[in-house]
Amino acid sequence: MDLAALGDCLGTSSCLIFQTVGGLKIGLLMFLVASGLTLIFGVLGVINFAHGSFYMLGAYLAWQTMALTDNFYLAVLAAALGVGLFGVLFERGFMSRVYRGDVLVQILLCYAFILILDDLVIIVWGEEFLSSLGIPDAFHRPPLFVGGAIVPVFHLFIIGFSTLVAVALWLFMTRTKWGKITRAAEQNPLMVSALGINTSLLFAGIFALGSLLAGLGGALAASERSISSGMGFSVVLESFIVTVIGGMGSIGGAFVAALLIGMTRSFGAIGFPLFTDGLMFVLMCLVLVLRPQGLMGRSGG
Amino acid sequence: MSETFLDVADLDVFYGSSQILFGVGFTVGRGETTALLGRNGAGKSTTFKALAGIAPPKRGSITLAGATLEGRKPYRIARAGLGYVPEDRQVFPEHSIEDNLLIGAKKGPNGEDYWTLARIYEVLPRLHDLRHRMAGRLSGGEQQMLTIARTLMGNPSVLMLDEPSEGLAPIIVAQIGDLIRRLRHLGVTVLLAEQNMHFCLGIATHAVVIDKGTIVHRGPIAELRDNEEIRKRYLAV
Repeated sequence: MDLAALGDCLGTSSCLIFQTVGGLKIGLLMFLVASGLTLIFGVLGVINFAHGSFYMLGAYLAWQTMALTDNFYLAVLAAALGVGLFGVLFERGFMSRVYRGDVLVQILLCYAFILILDDLVIIVWGEEFLSSLGIPDAFHRPPLFVGGAIVPVFHLFIIGFSTLVAVALWLFMTRTKWGKITRAAEQNPLMVSALGINTSLLFAGIFALGSLLAGLGGALAASERSISSGMGFSVVLESFIVTVIGGMGSIGGAFVAALLIGMTRSFGAIGFPLFTDGLMFVLMCLVLVLRPQGLMGRSGG
Repeated sequence: MSETFLDVADLDVFYGSSQILFGVGFTVGRGETTALLGRNGAGKSTTFKALAGIAPPKRGSITLAGATLEGRKPYRIARAGLGYVPEDRQVFPEHSIEDNLLIGAKKGPNGEDYWTLARIYEVLPRLHDLRHRMAGRLSGGEQQMLTIARTLMGNPSVLMLDEPSEGLAPIIVAQIGDLIRRLRHLGVTVLLAEQNMHFCLGIATHAVVIDKGTIVHRGPIAELRDNEEIRKRYLAV
């Protein structure tokens, strides 16, 4: 524990800004992935424990597209769409058959897919870690200096882009007819279908969207991290924690929780270097005890 | 009697292993307002759920304007023109009135698009005044109006209302009655499940009486008005 260092950092604009930008980047990337998990839970009532593997798949698909085309944006797009497509196949072929089943069956099914995907990527891409995609050429430029802090332009891009996705998701859910139908189906799917809406199709679409967000998060994260089988494990855990802290099914809650955890990690790395993961769990414990429905979850629901 | 529009025949419905409906059958003519009457637990709601595809019948047939409905999923039945308003209202509480209505909006089975937001607001100005209010914060009567309006937005050929007067104050019940009468004048075919016979006498054209899962009487509403025995035996009034 190094509270003095944390105090110093909070008192210095360069350190404060640097860590804040870092926290925003971590948090918003986490939001991309976690929003998919919470969206699927909110509408379908199932936790897709294979969500982290979808993130991993996104990273590999992005890497492969990058290797073939050398186009970063195309790689991110292909990863998002590819994982979205995979998600819909997974939902139609497997998950939709166990919606009414035991939670244990759902967990086992997801766990099976985690193991299968971990092995499949090894068969296709090998056991060695793949190097990160690297950042696109347009961002190979000197960093900005803000208040004495070094701010990489690419990090601002990640922050801006993820924020844009969050806003788009929010607009979709609150302003479009299908978003409104989705929120209604969260509460009363039978009534929604009695109004002539094909809820199976809606569920498949939401699963695709949630998976797409995991793939997008994986691809963007792969710009700076190495890619390996099993990289999804810690991610699904983090996403789950974000979902619990924010309130199961609440996208707004996931946004707040992801930023909270991003900041906790960023500043925790200075103040509690050996306990950054622990801080995240402390946060979750506090929420579970003091506000079990999560920061923005519905109470009693 | 006008041509048969909705034809229900020999419906058997089970919940698990217990049989709830025994060969339920009746017809509804186009433009009629038919009341399905019976005591609590007689099988009214189950009949509606069977028609709506929510409690699929094990045997029997349901035909609407020549189209077979039994065995289809609820959303297909709704699209085929059978509009179902469940008994406990089931508004979307965290959506505004207007959003509730928009979620129900669709064209009818033959492309009918008579019911729009504007038409609904014209018929039910109260919904227009409160259009931005969350449905969960409306009174019971307002919620009942909203669910009827929400299903109307789907331009159904037959509107099924399950106990629309239940639990509402007399003045609100009268308003619901007015609404149903206005719908009949607009040519909407209505099937109404009710325990409240007096409510039905004023608005229905035909009556179907159900008891212990079987139909025990069918005919114009006047017959029921004049037949004290049926009223006493099956409706206890």
